Amino acid sequence: MEFFRIRRDIPFMKHALVFNVISLVTFVLAVVFLVTRGLNFSIEFTGGLVIEARYEQAANLEGIRTALDRSGVHEPQVQNFGTSRDIMIRLALKDVNIPSISKFDEQTRKQVFDPEKFTALALAQGGAGGKITRVEFVGPQVGRELAADGALALLVVIAGIMAYLAMRFEWKFSLAAIIANLHDVVIILGFFAFFQWEFSLSVLAAVLAVLGYSVNESVVVFDRVRETFRKRRGLAVPEVINHAITSTISRTIITHGSTQLMVTSMLIFGGPTLHYFSLALTIGILFGIYSSVLVASPMVMWLGLSREDLIKPVRDKTANDGAVV
Amino acid sequence: MNRYPFWKYLIIGLALLLGLIYTTPNFFGEAPAVQVSSAKATIKVDDTLRTRVEAVLKGAAIESTGLFFDANSIKARFRDTDTQLKARDLLDSALNPDKKKPNPEDRDEPYTVALNLLSNSPKWLTSLRALPMYLGLDLRGGVHFLYQVDMKAALTKRLDALTGDLRTLLRDKNVRHNGIDRQSGAIIIKFRDEATRTRAKAAITDAIADLALQDGNDGADLKLTATIKPEAERRVQESAIRQNITTFNNRVNALGVAEPVIQQQGADRIVVQLPGVQDPAQVKAILGRTASLELRMVCESPEESATYASGQIPFGCEKYAERGGVPILVRKQVQLTGDRLTDAQPGFDNQTQEPAVHLALDSQGARIFKDLTRDNVGKRMAILLVEKGRGEVVTAPVIRTEIGGGRVQISGRMTTQEASDVALLLRSGALAAPMEIIEERTIGPSLGADNIAKGFRSTMYGFAAIAVFMIGYYTLFGLISVIALASNLLFLIALLSLLQATLTLPGIAAIALTLGMAIDANVLINERIREELRAGASPQMAITTGYERAFGTILDSNVTTLIAGLALLIFGSGAIRGFAVVHCLGILTSIFSSVVLSRGLVNLVYGSRKKLTHVSIGEVWRPPAGEAKPPVVQA
Repeated sequence: MEFFRIRRDIPFMKHALVFNVISLVTFVLAVVFLVTRGLNFSIEFTGGLVIEARYEQAANLEGIRTALDRSGVHEPQVQNFGTSRDIMIRLALKDVNIPSISKFDEQTRKQVFDPEKFTALALAQGGAGGKITRVEFVGPQVGRELAADGALALLVVIAGIMAYLAMRFEWKFSLAAIIANLHDVVIILGFFAFFQWEFSLSVLAAVLAVLGYSVNESVVVFDRVRETFRKRRGLAVPEVINHAITSTISRTIITHGSTQLMVTSMLIFGGPTLHYFSLALTIGILFGIYSSVLVASPMVMWLGLSREDLIKPVRDKTANDGAVV
Repeated sequence: MNRYPFWKYLIIGLALLLGLIYTTPNFFGEAPAVQVSSAKATIKVDDTLRTRVEAVLKGAAIESTGLFFDANSIKARFRDTDTQLKARDLLDSALNPDKKKPNPEDRDEPYTVALNLLSNSPKWLTSLRALPMYLGLDLRGGVHFLYQVDMKAALTKRLDALTGDLRTLLRDKNVRHNGIDRQSGAIIIKFRDEATRTRAKAAITDAIADLALQDGNDGADLKLTATIKPEAERRVQESAIRQNITTFNNRVNALGVAEPVIQQQGADRIVVQLPGVQDPAQVKAILGRTASLELRMVCESPEESATYASGQIPFGCEKYAERGGVPILVRKQVQLTGDRLTDAQPGFDNQTQEPAVHLALDSQGARIFKDLTRDNVGKRMAILLVEKGRGEVVTAPVIRTEIGGGRVQISGRMTTQEASDVALLLRSGALAAPMEIIEERTIGPSLGADNIAKGFRSTMYGFAAIAVFMIGYYTLFGLISVIALASNLLFLIALLSLLQATLTLPGIAAIALTLGMAIDANVLINERIREELRAGASPQMAITTGYERAFGTILDSNVTTLIAGLALLIFGSGAIRGFAVVHCLGILTSIFSSVVLSRGLVNLVYGSRKKLTHVSIGEVWRPPAGEAKPPVVQA
């Protein structure tokens, strides 16, 4: 069995402009959604409270809403979670300074939020036999720190990968690869903003993992570009890139396909906790194939790649060390 | 050329064997157990206790499947939860007979009897330190709290104590000042003239090393501003968090929770994780208990006694209950607080052989105590434990002589038991600084089990799908790739078990994702071998160059992924860290299994054949002759 029976190099670069326009449009759309709708951050980042509970019969969501509203907690998110017997209540931190759900703390001598009080208040109206399956309360300090740490992690990953690529190839590749893959990151975020999917810590982990993973794709293509420059003289830059992409496309698709098999399995069997995690990975993997090959390569071309950038007399000694697939 | 020397096979074999040994404990699952540990520092878990536990179980005809004994506890394993519960109740009432007493104050509970889970794995595995992975709270259920210690309050408290010390010091040295005042973060001392200020400075620098001094003017007065030195500040914070952790440990022990986690996180936070506990309110009430120690004088002058006899509380006195309920009058003025206490141990009086509690005070405390006892020989002092605003007189001994040196002994009318109780209370009584809960999580046990099942199912089906595809597409080479991937999983789990890493749901997700990414290496190798074959290389040659050429790319791919993994590890916290640990370890194990191990298998199958004409790597498509050259780079 062989999926890829390619007889000649596919002229990808002839359509470079089209790819770049598609990318630009998706990118701009993603940015627009990010700006207008914003990310729906989980309480891990914003601080707040999430309660998951299970009732013996279908839960009375309206009852819970009214009860909370009456005690001064406005617009709590009360929704079903999986089945009609399972509910989830989400409370943003700005609402928690309400007397009915806070208590005086003897140690710190101030009024603090009391998750138990709130839980008891909320669950009483939902029906008979409400049992908590999960409660999570995050204070505001923690959330701010997590957001800062997350941003820092993203920066470090970008800097690390750029430094590695600049060392391994040269700056044009490094810049092209990181732009291509950041464009993936923005598009994943754009999806999360458009659908208002919950952006949690595990989604952030997925985004960073997929960033490291798909940069590798560009590396493989760039490796081939360098190799082709060496082995075949007289080819124009676009032809070299076409050749490099064509000869690695089968590996790219099979690898990503395999990873996607695993991710799909998580999406189907992983339940709600892993849902957005695997969703972020799916978008990342699909756009990763596209961008690391069809965005990064034209980018290198526009940046004015030439034979001399890669083939330097001193490097001849290491002519065979590069990976080629 | 495709042969491995014997030692390479040996390494692979050894790695697989170790992988198997350290992975196996995870498959035996866990059995219900009861854990008996000492609730008091003075009571040791020893052989006598073990015989007692055995006897109790035997007496009720409860069969245990194993009795385990370590320095801190005795664990008995049972077949099912019913037996476990029965055994727990039985052991609890046998070891803690006081439990039935109606008044909680009278109860003396020397042992903690808790429900626990024990690995079912055979003893020889356990003796190799092959233990199952530790499951995170999201997989086993329980409560999690993150406490933020209020360091500002700890410093203020220290500053208050230092203000008192300064006062005593200046009085002792006969240095006249115009007032000592604690303002936020600093102590201001005023003086009339320069000479006094210089003398005061010399005295303070000599006696109190923790203070940094600075001159200043305030109108006509000369001023001296004392602040806590940065290194002393750090020391205060460190000791505050240490003391709070110790206090938590003592209180959690009283809860009877098996395998609690109480750890410092960052500079000023404490994580408390209690597996299996479902009532966060109860835990918070017990952990947040504020207790402190106070030393005051007893009101016993004739006038005061007379006033009290007439039914009134004399001025400057308060009524408290002594242990056992007898009322006692105590002065409002606090002479010494528990902050000055460095240790408390039960023991015996040297002369009378009465049970006693030995206290150790720090240098300031020692001085205060010396002055106090010198001035009050023959009188009674009271030691109070103040909890939730309610005080109780623990003991009210008579002062017999002046006591210097900071070693204090409390004795009289105490049993051995009371002495050890008081010592424990005094040691673990107080929290050094107030704390605030900034994160709280409760996970029901059913959710935990559900999470394990979901994580396991996703990994299993994902793995199966990849296996089917790889074998279908690359036939024998695909099978070898799948074996390599399976051993990668084996190595990863063995490594996690060996490191006793905590497995969480994001960790399981990372295992799945790492497997999905690790197959990349074998795809690279197999594609490259096909390419070599397509270009007309001989099968043996194709295998060699295929592996060699693919290696550079595999390294590249792992480096970029590892950069992301490490960044997550360094900057991540909580759930992300669990993900990152598994991700990084998985990348490392995958290099070994997909390159070294799979090559070993290929060599084993094909390496010894001299005239190899065909390798089983699926169909290698060659473009029909006469058409354009396929996109292959000639090596």
